[in-house]
Amino acid sequence: MAGFGLSTFAQANISPAKPQDKKTIIMGAKIHVGNGTVIENGYLIFDKGKILGVGDATVAKFDLTGSTVITANGKHVYPGFIAPITNLGLTEYESVKATLDFSEIGTYNPHIRALVAYNTDSKVPATLRSNGVLMAQITPQGGVISGSSSVVQLDAWNWEDAALRKDDAQHMTWPVVPRFRGGFGGGGRMGMTSPDALKERTQAQINELDQLFTEAKAYTETDKPTVTNARLAAMKHMFDGQEKLFITVDGQKDIIAAVNFAKKHGVTPVIVGGDEAYLITAFLKDNNISVVVKQPHALPNNLDDDVNMPYKNAGILANAGVNVVLSIDGYWQQRNLPFMAGTVAAWGLDKEKALQTITLNTAKILGLDKTVGSLETGKDATFLISAGDALDMKSNTVEKAFIQGRDINLDNLHKQLDRKFSEKYNAEKK
Amino acid sequence: MKKILLSLVLVFSATLLFAQQTYPVNGSYDIKPGLYAFTNASIVVNANQTINNGTLLIKGQTIQAVGTGITVPKGYIVVDLKGKFIYPSLIDPFTSYGIVEAARTAGGGMGGGGGGGRQSIFTSTKKGAYGWNEAIRPETHVNALFTADSKKADDLRKAGFGSVNVINRDGIARGTSAAVTLSDERENSTMLNTQTAANYSFNKGTSQNDYPTSLMGSIALIRQTYYDALWYAKQKEEYNISLEEFNKQQTIPQIFEADGWQNILRADKIGKEFGKQFIIKSNGDEYQRIDAVKATGASLIIPINFVKAYEVEDSVEARSITLAQMKAWEFAPTNPGVLEKAGVKFSLTAFGLDNVKDFWTNIQSAIENGLSQKQALMAVTEIPAGMIGIADKVGTLEKGKLANFIITSDSLFKKTNIIEENWVQGKRFIVTAKKDGPVAKDSVNNALAKKPEVKKTQPNGSLIYPFSAFGTAEPLKQEAVLLKNATVWTNEKEGILQNADVLLENGKIKAVGKNLSAGSAKVIDATGKHITAGLIDEHSHIAGTGGINEGAQSSSAEVRIADIINSEDVNIYRQLAGGVTTSHILHGSANPVGGQAQLIKLRWGKLPEELKFAGSDGFIKFALGENVKQSNFGTGARFPVTRMGVEQSFVDEFTRAKEYKSAMAVKGNTVRRDLELDAIVEILDNKRFITCHSYVQSEINMLMNVADSLGFKINTFTHILEGYKMADKMKARGISASTFSDWWAYKMEVAEAIPYNGKIMHNVGITTAFNSDDAEMARRLNQEAGKAVLYGGVPEEDALKFVTLNPAKMLHVDSKVGSLKAGKDADVVVWSDNPLSIYAKAEKTFVDGIAYWDMERDVQVRKDQQAERKRLIQKMLDSKKTGGRTQRPQAMAPRLYNCESLEDYSLELTELERNHSHE
Repeated sequence: MAGFGLSTFAQANISPAKPQDKKTIIMGAKIHVGNGTVIENGYLIFDKGKILGVGDATVAKFDLTGSTVITANGKHVYPGFIAPITNLGLTEYESVKATLDFSEIGTYNPHIRALVAYNTDSKVPATLRSNGVLMAQITPQGGVISGSSSVVQLDAWNWEDAALRKDDAQHMTWPVVPRFRGGFGGGGRMGMTSPDALKERTQAQINELDQLFTEAKAYTETDKPTVTNARLAAMKHMFDGQEKLFITVDGQKDIIAAVNFAKKHGVTPVIVGGDEAYLITAFLKDNNISVVVKQPHALPNNLDDDVNMPYKNAGILANAGVNVVLSIDGYWQQRNLPFMAGTVAAWGLDKEKALQTITLNTAKILGLDKTVGSLETGKDATFLISAGDALDMKSNTVEKAFIQGRDINLDNLHKQLDRKFSEKYNAEKK
Repeated sequence: MKKILLSLVLVFSATLLFAQQTYPVNGSYDIKPGLYAFTNASIVVNANQTINNGTLLIKGQTIQAVGTGITVPKGYIVVDLKGKFIYPSLIDPFTSYGIVEAARTAGGGMGGGGGGGRQSIFTSTKKGAYGWNEAIRPETHVNALFTADSKKADDLRKAGFGSVNVINRDGIARGTSAAVTLSDERENSTMLNTQTAANYSFNKGTSQNDYPTSLMGSIALIRQTYYDALWYAKQKEEYNISLEEFNKQQTIPQIFEADGWQNILRADKIGKEFGKQFIIKSNGDEYQRIDAVKATGASLIIPINFVKAYEVEDSVEARSITLAQMKAWEFAPTNPGVLEKAGVKFSLTAFGLDNVKDFWTNIQSAIENGLSQKQALMAVTEIPAGMIGIADKVGTLEKGKLANFIITSDSLFKKTNIIEENWVQGKRFIVTAKKDGPVAKDSVNNALAKKPEVKKTQPNGSLIYPFSAFGTAEPLKQEAVLLKNATVWTNEKEGILQNADVLLENGKIKAVGKNLSAGSAKVIDATGKHITAGLIDEHSHIAGTGGINEGAQSSSAEVRIADIINSEDVNIYRQLAGGVTTSHILHGSANPVGGQAQLIKLRWGKLPEELKFAGSDGFIKFALGENVKQSNFGTGARFPVTRMGVEQSFVDEFTRAKEYKSAMAVKGNTVRRDLELDAIVEILDNKRFITCHSYVQSEINMLMNVADSLGFKINTFTHILEGYKMADKMKARGISASTFSDWWAYKMEVAEAIPYNGKIMHNVGITTAFNSDDAEMARRLNQEAGKAVLYGGVPEEDALKFVTLNPAKMLHVDSKVGSLKAGKDADVVVWSDNPLSIYAKAEKTFVDGIAYWDMERDVQVRKDQQAERKRLIQKMLDSKKTGGRTQRPQAMAPRLYNCESLEDYSLELTELERNHSHE
């Protein structure tokens, strides 16, 4: 009963792991490198948080002295999954206003930074890690330009320590003509505004955005602006390439318009959402555009669409040669990210390529592919060991996970509550 | 100014065709004899009788004689109509002519649909001894509200109308309508029938009451009003003008405005419950289910505001038009002809036309598409006259009837025909001046004559069932099928069988086992496949319409999802594609006592009634927590706003129900029938079962205690995310649990929701299920079951039962569905892989042995659909080229419901109408 009392008291207070102090070797695992290759019986050596080597365990020979050896025969090793575009840590309970820190007021907020509101003490991240999600792009929402995201690893004392890449991207929502809400056989709430008026309104918003980009570029080109404008200044690194531009847009025409808009301003955007991107794969490929497919577990956009279109979408894009990244709406939902990749694999994409959509492809659009996203020498030792196929809920069993070589605690609030009450009922049985 | 005065005087003197006895006259009386003889005309007396070379005599406002060989007496003005035609003037049985339509203020609702910051309104704001709900306003009488509208009258006369039924289209019980002529005389002279009909609709209109917010609420209110009226007639304690008027109106015709064939069926069903046969005004889509419409036996009033073609030049924009919209464009003009062929009695109405001038264009179109001229004439003369009780006065040209007729240049339905004059109550109105006279501008006839020839619209497509994407022209067949050599998850003591067969015959499972003989059954090789029972969703909100919450009051036990099942919802097909075969359609969670649930099978393409799971027990939705106390929406003025108040809501409801039950036992029929309490009494009598939306342990414990103390049972806790904290107490009471696999953090009451919840409850011995409450997640219930393996290691065989046998048990249908056993319904899914795996796809989903989902067939269906869209797009382009009218496509996001959806049905209807008139 003492243990029961302790776990109650310590609910979800899980300390970040200590830095790696010993070279570690994983032996005998099926290693999913993250770049498309698989090593059936592999090894992975890492020290001081970095990968020293990955290869075939049947031919390699090691001096194991002074090293920790983890035998993982028959188990799977994956690069840590990365959840892009999430308000993780920016909110705790969706319906409680005091916990909502992801959507600032205002239309153009390039100066808003998500990182500073990221709460490492949130109870949510620990529930993601136990399914293999080890990194996330903490992203603001709202307005036309929402602000800057940052990439964090999910085992830190504070946001500063959590940051893998600060201010990696600006996030923008492309103005589009709103869709009507379906009514009882047609019509809807916007029925009072004509389609032409709606179109005009949208074009006016795009024109305003164009003006803003033009002004920002001019502003950031001078060293001494006549007045200081935090908004314009915040857009500087978008133009010099240090910060990416993510544009949320779904319709095929709108995607083309958004890409052309960005290119006009010298920026290659990442398209987010992209429900109809599968219809314009050649355009996307030609323009080297990555697409973040939002929510493969979704209903089709149109009544007449293939009922399984949302499952197939990412695979069609990836098979056409587009760099595809998977994401899910929300924060607590991110623990299902691996199953999005599983879905995409079920519906037409090679499994290892599907894995890439939540690892290496993601790292690429976050500007982090030199350090994370795949299990290659020199990269961060951020990975997980699962007893089974981690992209399938039936077999996802994350037994160990490492972030930058640190052996992280996979406990979480949910496991603790499970233990607390299972113990209660077990005790009653006896 | 002088000029205006002068013309007014002229008009005034001209109008005195007949005397208004009670009115004083300023100056000398000037009453005209009004004796006319129309000679040498083709007189169409009625649709069956035409007199060639006939004479029509009128005196004042009355027809004196019709026939041949009539001698014209002296004193008659003779009008020689050689070569012309005389027809009875048209009658529109459904107009709001002469009624000022009250603007709909942002009406009731839960704050969701309603206006921001307004007060909750529980009872009528109308002063006086009226009923509690403003939407029930039978005390409204059009004869007292009507004021002639000379502009509208002129428009209608130009189209050939002579009299109309005037309806005050506001409210659910709308009171009486009145028939008037379109003469410009004083209202005292034009009234034909002061009470033509009692009128109804599902739309609460300008009523300030919050209740009802939903279609099912409107239906419940109508039902209750009938019962209240019956009770009222026999009691002496209450004076209630609304109920008194309601009762008085039961002997006259009853007109129900119910747009869409599904609403025709709904209205008719209510009528039949109370021995009424409504005349139903619909929206012209009856062709989609003509047999069902005909079976109601109802006479209809049908608009001819046919869908305009969409602008489809832009292929990207055209993508947002659905196949159903395109097909509706093609089929709409066939509707009157289809109704005629089916033998349905109907009138036509100009109601809903952008412009009454389009009336003839569209009648022509209907005739080209199968409506006979004879039927067309009847549908605008005799039939409407009969419907609204004015057949003794108008509708045919017979002695003694009113001199309401039109003079036309030709046969009425010829395209070149021109309506020259329209005589109303013996008064002449020139529609199209003769060549030597002044040309009447803007006349319908000119418009008609100039209109470019619209290409004949002959549908080439076929009707599909349902009238939606993925509908099929031919009903899908039930077949005898042997599924061979699969991994069979029996959910029975046999467990999971390897290399086994399942035989389906006559909609039932004939046998499960190894090496079954096929007999005459079609053999499907299922090697490498997995076969399970169809999935069952204990908590769903698909296949409903008009809102799934009636949350204006803390109890809405009287509302029934059964009333609003929508068979045309594409989510039925989408969920079949995820292996779902049975769904429990629940009321939302806006109030402690919600509405009655309906269990359906996903029989795609069948009628709403046919979707219902026959013989299943009735359930009712209860709810606890944040939603019912309106934490995140609403005005905060409706009781309860705390979990403490929630308890008392239940205590009060059940206490009242017990008193009601005892009163019934003692006093019988004299007790006012209360549909809300009826449902609660059913619970007390173990005839209706509770599924209660619940989250935190305190409230779960509370309801169990309330149930114990008031003597009722809780069948199921649904959502039940803290069930793991109460599992022992639930188990002790035999309560089932239907939860989410892994949802949490979306609101405060799920702060401690854990994905191990299902496992813990299961291990304690509770019958546990995973449900969706979400049209998307319902497509992957098998994967949700897979999460029971992930979180807590539930054995695979047990995990699958979370979405098959266990929900069947808690819904009391496990004797029919939920496992693979000889004799059970052939609700079966063939999976490509282990059904708990992310890689599993439903390849075939059978309901009653019919493969409503077949992945291979779906490929073909989509191909055909693309071809059909292409054909229709081309047809629309052609139609535009030849002058057909068009509308811009508007992209629509489909409407989806979950527990928290708060919709305002009447607001939607109002907007829909406005939107339509904007096209």
